[in-house]
Amino acid sequence: MTFLKLAATVWLCGALPLWAQDSAVTISPPAAFDGIADDAERSAALFTEMGKVLTSPRCLNCHPVTGGPTQGDDMQPHNPPVVRGDADFGAPGMTCNTCHGPKNVELTTAQGSIPGHEPWSLAPVSMGWVGLSLGEICSQIKDPERNGGKTLEELYEHNAHDGLVGWGWDPGEGRTPAPGTQELFGQLTRAWIDTGAACPA
Amino acid sequence: MGILTTRRGFLAGGTGLVLALTLPVGRGRAQMTVTGPFAPNAFVRIGTDDLVTVTIKHIEMGQGPYTGLATLVAEELDADWAQMRAEAAPADDTLYANLAFGAQGTGGSTAIANSFMQMRKAGAAARAMLVAAAAQEWDVPASEITVKAGVIAHSGSGRSSGFGALANAAATQPVPEDPPVKAQADFALIGTDRPKLDTVSKSNGTAQFTMDVYRDGMLTVLVAHPPKFGATLAGVDDSAALAVKGVRMVRPIPSGVAVYATNTYAALKGRDALVLDWDDSAAETRGTEDMFAAFAEAAAQGGQTVEEEGDLAPLDAAATVLSAEYRFPYLAHAPMEPLDAVIETRGGKAEMWFGSQFPSFDRLAVAEALGIAPPDVSINVLLAGGSFGRRAQGSAHLAVEAAEVAKAAGRDGTFKLVWTREDDLRGGYYRPMTVHRLRAGLDADGKIVGWENVVANQSILAGTPMEGMLQGGPDNTSFEGSTGLPYRFAARRIGWAAMESPVSVLWWRSVGHTHTAYAVETFLDEVLEAAGQDPVQGRLDLLAAESTRERAVIEEAARMAGWQGRRRDGKGYGIAYAKSFGSYVAQVAEVEDRSGIPHVTRVWCAIDCGIAVNPNVIRAQMEGGIGYGLGTALHSRITLAPGGGIEQSNFHDYRMLRINEMPAVEVSIIASDQDPTGVGEPGVPPIAPAMANAWRALTGQKQYQLPFLGGAMA
Amino acid sequence: MTSFRVNGRDHDLDLDPDMPLLWVLRDELRLTGTKFGCGIAQCGACTVMVDGMPRRSCVTPIGQIEGSEVTTIEGMDGSEVKAVQAAWTAIDVPQCGWCQSGQILSATALLQQVPSPSDDDIDNAMAGNICRCATYVRIRQAIHDAARTLEG
Repeated sequence: MTFLKLAATVWLCGALPLWAQDSAVTISPPAAFDGIADDAERSAALFTEMGKVLTSPRCLNCHPVTGGPTQGDDMQPHNPPVVRGDADFGAPGMTCNTCHGPKNVELTTAQGSIPGHEPWSLAPVSMGWVGLSLGEICSQIKDPERNGGKTLEELYEHNAHDGLVGWGWDPGEGRTPAPGTQELFGQLTRAWIDTGAACPA
Repeated sequence: MGILTTRRGFLAGGTGLVLALTLPVGRGRAQMTVTGPFAPNAFVRIGTDDLVTVTIKHIEMGQGPYTGLATLVAEELDADWAQMRAEAAPADDTLYANLAFGAQGTGGSTAIANSFMQMRKAGAAARAMLVAAAAQEWDVPASEITVKAGVIAHSGSGRSSGFGALANAAATQPVPEDPPVKAQADFALIGTDRPKLDTVSKSNGTAQFTMDVYRDGMLTVLVAHPPKFGATLAGVDDSAALAVKGVRMVRPIPSGVAVYATNTYAALKGRDALVLDWDDSAAETRGTEDMFAAFAEAAAQGGQTVEEEGDLAPLDAAATVLSAEYRFPYLAHAPMEPLDAVIETRGGKAEMWFGSQFPSFDRLAVAEALGIAPPDVSINVLLAGGSFGRRAQGSAHLAVEAAEVAKAAGRDGTFKLVWTREDDLRGGYYRPMTVHRLRAGLDADGKIVGWENVVANQSILAGTPMEGMLQGGPDNTSFEGSTGLPYRFAARRIGWAAMESPVSVLWWRSVGHTHTAYAVETFLDEVLEAAGQDPVQGRLDLLAAESTRERAVIEEAARMAGWQGRRRDGKGYGIAYAKSFGSYVAQVAEVEDRSGIPHVTRVWCAIDCGIAVNPNVIRAQMEGGIGYGLGTALHSRITLAPGGGIEQSNFHDYRMLRINEMPAVEVSIIASDQDPTGVGEPGVPPIAPAMANAWRALTGQKQYQLPFLGGAMA
Repeated sequence: MTSFRVNGRDHDLDLDPDMPLLWVLRDELRLTGTKFGCGIAQCGACTVMVDGMPRRSCVTPIGQIEGSEVTTIEGMDGSEVKAVQAAWTAIDVPQCGWCQSGQILSATALLQQVPSPSDDDIDNAMAGNICRCATYVRIRQAIHDAARTLEG
């Protein structure tokens, strides 16, 4: 490794938020919550566990409430500056795919990567999470008016198998993956739904 | 004289081979007769296709000499602008010296200033020879012949001709020794707008820059430089690099380790695969904070006095004493085309293609590095994708690195040296980091009784091959702009403390004025406010009666802005003035508060740069200078981590101004009959203090450290 | 072997599929109007069209554009780019010129989608293209001028 490899360290680290400093964030499987007798309580606990994924920078960066996306583990405003655009896909002349391809691309002049996936876009405004409590995210995620018309089963499918969701665990060099695995996230979602999809307070 | 110094040659023209006429003019001619080679000081070539090609001795890096110098020739030649062309001069000190330097080079915003009479004489001589040829052919008195917009005419006989048809005949005419030039009142082109000669090729992708040079068998070379300034190579494991497909060899050179490959991608991958061990024992291991502390301590000691007037004692006893310490970071120039150079070695000779800004230095240094004679090094000066001072290297370090690359290859060949953006930002040659300490005293009436400004930074020239220019004195580029102020303070003292570091420094667009204008003009703004004075009127009141040009630009900028004081309608207004490179500039900035971030919405700029050769280029340089200075003040800093090593690497953390941050700019050029002065740099110094003054007016916040936004994402 | 079209010509290239399109265009095809400025999609100097959409070629491995149609500044054609280039030359936008191919491609893409862009539209489309000479005032003006030309 040469000094060139240092380049991205500064970029991608900077002043890290608490979340990213705790590199040992892990998530537990549904069975870990079997000891909670009350279904609703257990369900809320399961969602809280799911929340470790939902509130990771890998998810929050592209679930903004206002303006454009953030980037990096420290969730800085996206640079170059980009806007949401009518289709959650950037501005005419500089849409997301101007830089983001179908896969992550390792940089050639420095360490790090440009993230990519097909498709690649912002979550709709109705699905913005930044600044919301976990309970608010939970209510929103269940609400077909705001979650893109998804039933709970479709939500499970999304969390367990959607490719862009899965990107969170394969974010490319220089980004901390979302905690756990998509499989585990799917199992938690399944268990949360099966216990009544209750929301934490 | 004419026979000796007129060269005839066949040149490819629009319709085939044409006979050209080449004219010697100016200072170089005398030198030429001394040095001997039959290569006259050639600036003008006229083909039988009517095209007039001007050989431009200054590098075109966006600042406009192709257009500006061609304008000067066209003016005296009475050519039509549409027939004018420009091409770069090769490295040749004898013929193409900057008359301000005595050597070939571009810098200090001198391109027009030093060429103003030389290029006009070149055009006037060509015109006289064309007229003489026409007079001979038509058998009419030369005095009755007129030339206008490329047409030579004799009204009495009804004869007329373009230049091309008379080019051959003109080539046989004697060259006038000292042809007369026009009075300013007779200028037809100077002072008017016309299309730039390099715009079309820069709008369709055909403009040729260094990186666009491809030659048979050429290898692309990247060099791994030390991660810390002053570190030296202790060990290399190149086995993985050599295993990369396309990598041909790896060689240690004085500046690092060179990787030679058949294409850029392979060179990048090969360099990345090097395992390198560096010796840091002589390296700069201080972090930026430690260095600032040392610089501030030195400034507090007062430094050596570089300018002094009056008795400063009343300052300490003044009714009101203001003081401030300013901190300015290292800055990279970051031209859009990273540094690059192509070198070809053939049987003991070398030919180069690159954006050489100081061909004189580059040529000598390359010859020395290769152990050959300077005449065996030829340099083709290409368009440069920006420079802002970065390519103006007294050390010739880029050309030397290219030479070392060629030498280390151990065989003749063609090598394209390419720096990446990371190499550029971490490669040193920065605007010096600087600390200013300022103090000012006001008496009970608000009169400034004393002004003290101490500057601490590294000298740009000391320790370089240009050190001789200092003649043992202090380096004026370190504090220029703190000295020579037009403001009449009752007493003043300017001090300078010379700092040292292995981090290399260089002139950066407007050089010392990059920080002195900020420190002086923001501190003065505070002082004027403490004295209960308006920023515009307060400045005007400090000017001597003879400071008419200073007064004119300040008044004009204020007039354009409709100046009504520091604030109005929720916006802040600030003014700043700076004279640099002979030109007087004042700017007013209008600033909004956007979520705690200053956003400059409009800038009004007044400049007096003497006779305005091409107002279009001058406006462009003011617009660009404002954007360059603004982006830097908002975003840019190069910092060293504790232990040494540059923290920034690319445009994500060394940010440039982007279009969404660019204000509307209105430029007013003061009419003048004085000789032209610089425009490439003088637009930069006033914008940062103008913005800071507006921001303080709006928010009360004082910004003593640049950049405003901390340099990272904001 | 990677196959794609560049400026209307088919190319079958036996190159590392991870090689960025930028270096393939420049080093292999000698289309040098597309420039290297940063290598990390920060500056836009390397912008080309891929299947009609602007794309930063420095972060586009050729393996990702199999079968695509690439258009560089040398191959751009159509009323929008002509209007943009005419507007660019009319008010002398370029200074050093290094970034201008990228600027012109982004501006063309904008006008293809938004015939009469506002200042905000221009800022949003062009904020990914850095001009170190800061020719932004004229870029903005030239895009407005080109839009007026296209309106006829």
